[in-house]
Amino acid sequence: MTLWWAIAALCAGCYALKLAGLAAPQRVLEHPAVRRFAELVPVALLAALIAVQLFTEEGGLRFDPARMAGLGAAVVALLLRAPFLVVLAAAAVITALVRILTG
Amino acid sequence: MEQTTHRSAAVRDGFGVGLAVGLSGLAFGAAAVTAGLSVPQACVLSLLTFTGASQFALTGAVGAGGDLVAATLGALLLGGRNTLYGLRLADLLKVRGPRRLLAAHGVIDETTAVSLAQPTSESARTGFAVTFASLYVTWNLTTLAGAYGTSFLGDPDMLGLDVVGPAAFLAILWPRLAKSTELRVLAAAGAAIALCATPFLAPGVPVLLAAAAVLVVMVR
Repeated sequence: MTLWWAIAALCAGCYALKLAGLAAPQRVLEHPAVRRFAELVPVALLAALIAVQLFTEEGGLRFDPARMAGLGAAVVALLLRAPFLVVLAAAAVITALVRILTG
Repeated sequence: MEQTTHRSAAVRDGFGVGLAVGLSGLAFGAAAVTAGLSVPQACVLSLLTFTGASQFALTGAVGAGGDLVAATLGALLLGGRNTLYGLRLADLLKVRGPRRLLAAHGVIDETTAVSLAQPTSESARTGFAVTFASLYVTWNLTTLAGAYGTSFLGDPDMLGLDVVGPAAFLAILWPRLAKSTELRVLAAAGAAIALCATPFLAPGVPVLLAAAAVLVVMVR
């Protein structure tokens, strides 16, 4: 599968998922398990994505001090209630600085 | 008069959220090119997928050298929450026919948040339309700018752009984690499952496996 096919599949699939919700019969949402699943799934998936992108490389676990510092900067920015873009910028700038300092 | 006030508040909310969140398309464009996507590929994703978490998920997995099928499935699973937003919005928006086909593309985190925060169904519809339009335009323009700008850099990792995706996810999760111990446990479990599975499974699959943490929390 080439990257373009993956992109096409994702575009079609994401649109179908959105439309399915708008077009579905309302009683589906009344099921408490569906509501609860909807609330919980993104949390587990996003946390897993964060972990994999920060702590692994090429199929193995890897501890990268620069990425750790960037994560720390993002956490500090979030604790200070910084706006979304400031959080992202803080993470990138600190990661870059550590990479420059450690060569 | 009150109706007009509600509607102008919805317009203000919609523009505020649309412009602020839309700017993070810069981060997506940069992350996509860093991961190895071309500028047109990054732009097509923003134009036609138009749901940030899934876009970041696909590019993150591609950047990690992941299996494309697993990467696409993981990104689709993240897009599944838009189905549940759609279920809630259907009642408010009451759109039919061709207008429903257009409105469906705008069913995402931000439009749902703005619509559900409005006091009347009319202002909810206004909030949805304004958030969708302003976010769509901003997100796509900044994706192009971020992707094009990054394509001129020799080594984007030197600028720390590889942590922008994870930092964006953390910022999205943060308000929910701050409020609930259960969600913090779930997040920690999801992260632990993915890390433990990484040495043994194809890239992309460990993230899908993390959804199993939800079943544990739901059964408890």
